[in-house]
Amino acid sequence: MSGQLTNPLTFQELLFRLQTFWASRGCVLQQPYDVEVGAGTMAPETFLRVLGPRPYRVGYAQPSRRPADGRYGENPNRLFKHTQFQLILKPPPADIQELYLESLAAIGIDLRRHDLKFEEDNWESPTLGAWGIGWQVMLDGLEITQFTYFQQCGGIDLDPITAEITYGLERIAAFLQDVESIYDIVWMRDPVTGAEVRYGDIRLEEELQFSVYNFEYADVGHLWEHLRLYEAECQALIEGAKTLDGSKDPVQIGRYPLLAAFDLCLKCSHLFNLLDARGAISVTERVGVIARIRALAVGVARAYTNQQTAAGKE
Amino acid sequence: MPDFLLEIGLEEIPARMIQAAQQELATRVESLLREARLLEDNASIRSYSTPRRLAVGVTGVIAQQPDMEEELVGPSWKIAWQQESFSPAAAAFARKVGVSVEQLRKVITPKGEYVGATVLRKGESAQAILMAGLPSCIGGLYWPKNMYWRAGKPERFVRPVRWLVALLDKEVIPFSFAGYTAANLSYGHRILHGPEAITLTDAGAYEERLKSAFVLASPDERRHGIRKALDRVTRTVDGARWREDEELVETVVHLTEWPTVLLGGFETEYLSLPQEVLVTVMRDHQKYFALEDAKGELFPHFLTVLNTEVDAEGQSIIRHGNERVLRSRFKDAQFFWNADQKTPLTARVEMLKHVTFQKDLGSYYWKTEQNLAIAETIGSILQARGKVFDKAALLQAVLLAKTDLTAELVKEFTELQGIVGGLYARAQGLGETVAEAMYSQYMPASMEDAVPTGAEAQILGLVDRIQTIAAMFSIGNLPSGSRDPFALRRAGNAIVRILAESQMPLRLEELIAAAGQAQELVEPFLRERLSFYLRETRQFAYDVIAATLAAGAGDIPDVCARCEALTAVRGSANFMAVAAAYKRIRNILDQAKESGMDWSAAEKSLLREPEEMALSEASSRLAAECGALRQKRAYQQALESIAGIAPEVDAFFTKIMVMTPEMPLRAARLQLIETLLASISGIADFSEIVIA
Repeated sequence: MSGQLTNPLTFQELLFRLQTFWASRGCVLQQPYDVEVGAGTMAPETFLRVLGPRPYRVGYAQPSRRPADGRYGENPNRLFKHTQFQLILKPPPADIQELYLESLAAIGIDLRRHDLKFEEDNWESPTLGAWGIGWQVMLDGLEITQFTYFQQCGGIDLDPITAEITYGLERIAAFLQDVESIYDIVWMRDPVTGAEVRYGDIRLEEELQFSVYNFEYADVGHLWEHLRLYEAECQALIEGAKTLDGSKDPVQIGRYPLLAAFDLCLKCSHLFNLLDARGAISVTERVGVIARIRALAVGVARAYTNQQTAAGKE
Repeated sequence: MPDFLLEIGLEEIPARMIQAAQQELATRVESLLREARLLEDNASIRSYSTPRRLAVGVTGVIAQQPDMEEELVGPSWKIAWQQESFSPAAAAFARKVGVSVEQLRKVITPKGEYVGATVLRKGESAQAILMAGLPSCIGGLYWPKNMYWRAGKPERFVRPVRWLVALLDKEVIPFSFAGYTAANLSYGHRILHGPEAITLTDAGAYEERLKSAFVLASPDERRHGIRKALDRVTRTVDGARWREDEELVETVVHLTEWPTVLLGGFETEYLSLPQEVLVTVMRDHQKYFALEDAKGELFPHFLTVLNTEVDAEGQSIIRHGNERVLRSRFKDAQFFWNADQKTPLTARVEMLKHVTFQKDLGSYYWKTEQNLAIAETIGSILQARGKVFDKAALLQAVLLAKTDLTAELVKEFTELQGIVGGLYARAQGLGETVAEAMYSQYMPASMEDAVPTGAEAQILGLVDRIQTIAAMFSIGNLPSGSRDPFALRRAGNAIVRILAESQMPLRLEELIAAAGQAQELVEPFLRERLSFYLRETRQFAYDVIAATLAAGAGDIPDVCARCEALTAVRGSANFMAVAAAYKRIRNILDQAKESGMDWSAAEKSLLREPEEMALSEASSRLAAECGALRQKRAYQQALESIAGIAPEVDAFFTKIMVMTPEMPLRAARLQLIETLLASISGIADFSEIVIA
């Protein structure tokens, strides 16, 4: 190991530093969202906040579940659940790239001794009806961040534009600590005894058991049934929101549970991912199921935007 | 004679878009200045780009337009001059252009008589013209993909603009675009210089000033530097050369402002992976250059182009980081390779039922079945014509061609589809012919790429592509304008090139019929691809292509041979004379037919004038000669003998009136020229030839 920090950040210190850095730049620090998501983008702190005109700045760590990526804990580079540090800057400040570079310095990366490139990489999520323009940020040949200017979300053209910066925490930690396997990342080091707790100590069992469940045990019939139920309830809430269209009462409008409808949409998305991992979605079904979930995401986004406007919040 | 400098500062522009934008901006600035008559005769224009900037420098700008007299034209004279004096309409015109009524006069133009005035147009300063013109110079730049970033979305551009510089010598031209007003402040390399602005005091000193802030503004200079550095670093590895890769060089030129080159290595154990896999990982995923020996065998080394310059410790950190990434990618590839071998390709055919080809058509299993049926038909046609190939191997290759789509390695490295199938077929002992056909089934992948050499690969390539085109057309998926999501044009181009360059004894319509779907759409589509090929790849002239295709488009190698022959002879005076006569004969025959003439029973013996006798004789001689030469595909000789009858044709048309009132004789003459036309028509329709 050459030239890395003699005492690189632990996994949790890495997160602290990023949180501290961005909090000092005026960001709300949120906790991870407590419904399964495939990426930080899907959490309502991103998906719903980027809609409408209200400025917002938030950062949060988001454990992101991708059932099909599970490898039973056997592959040193792949996880069923990885952690993103998700940052939303709405609208993006003019010095956003400089701020980002400062955040790298804050986690101990001395850019005078590294090679940094912003390489074109645009992002698109058909299930969310969302896309953006941006880069993958490459540090010494490693993609450490996805940087995106959102153009559309939930099928709605955005104004103002939001910048999203997504740090891949496991990758960055493995890089900083120079370990070959994610499971060898030092999660924490006891400041008194120096004893270390590794990523594998905390997460290996989870990777194994969820891989087993996702690939072998998840009951396909039940998953379809759950998907149908969540979808129906979400759809019913979206339909119900339309009855508010004539209402002039901001209180009545404001209490309608569209946030709950979005949770139901997220449930559907996760169930789709599980079914996919189980190989239960046939060629012909796949496109159709994506369209169903997209319809929910678009429906919630539209209703939520209307609600914010009508309730006088925007 | 001041110098002008324009610089647009941006967040990183996608590398693939920079070169065209740099050129376009230079062109736009040049035409702004030229149209405003602000360029000296010896003016020179230079353009620059880095990932974070586009710039144009002009020496020889004229600071001030000269005043100019301009002739302005108003209403028609009839309206302007009434009852011996200027009308109110004329007075209004005079007011509008700022002259007194007495200065008006009559002007005569090709369109008629008008009232006119000579006005003195004050010249504007370069400053004013640039101030007004630069925003649209920049705003009109074409980008393949644009974005919004500012509130209210006032403009779309490739990436956010972050600064503007516009200097006429030392003077700022403070125009505005995208929320910024141009000044004399630029920025250097993000890291090596840091975030502080640099002042550009003089338009002429742009390159030097940026160099002092660790930015090489000229892509040519970076390209040259990168190539030299690649050479230099490569020399540290005995017997190595870097694998030439112009496209990759271009990419790294446009990813860097201050490039340096660093050597890295990997464990020799990974050299057991196929070099296609190693090179794809290095080149496509990591933008590394591979090192090879004189025979093309890889060394366990790579070169990476950095966008920075670092000390020895920095080099060791960066090398270590890049090696780490490469190792984990190679490890993945090795894992996938081994995992894939557990399910042989033959067992993967069934798995294709779960891979969509196109949602309204079916799976790749369905496509494979279709391909097999087409391959069977084409194979039989070719066998009957004595084409030598291994039909069993062909059918095996067609059956397995798409199975690698289920392989983990292809899911990871999609650009290796086909290649991986071929490598697996070889590793699984399916025979070299099958492996080779699968390996090169997607060749040619581009205009520059070669056609596969093996007959089985060529046939597989034809079959697979014609199936795709016909099936897509059958459900209405035709390419239109710039939209061609299934790359059907590329597939069509590949079909044409394989047929043209393999000398396969197969006609285009036979291939189309074998696919059996949407033939009425596929036929004109492939014909258009054929003209595209003749035009763009073979560089034949428009009229040569049109003339040749009008005489038959089915046998593509033959079409090419006829185009070549026609191109060779079309410059000769004799040939042009015959081509002109050809048109004339056509017209005469068409008119005669329209007037209801019938000369089918004409008496040849009525011909009596020496010129018509001579032409008749020349025509029969030519018919025999041309027929034989065409049989041998000696088209150029055939066309030369056709051109050789120019004197007889000329004499005939000078002396003989075809449409003589003497009807039986007219019929005989019509028959004579019709026979002549038939004997010279088989190679090309000369009436398409443009006669200068």
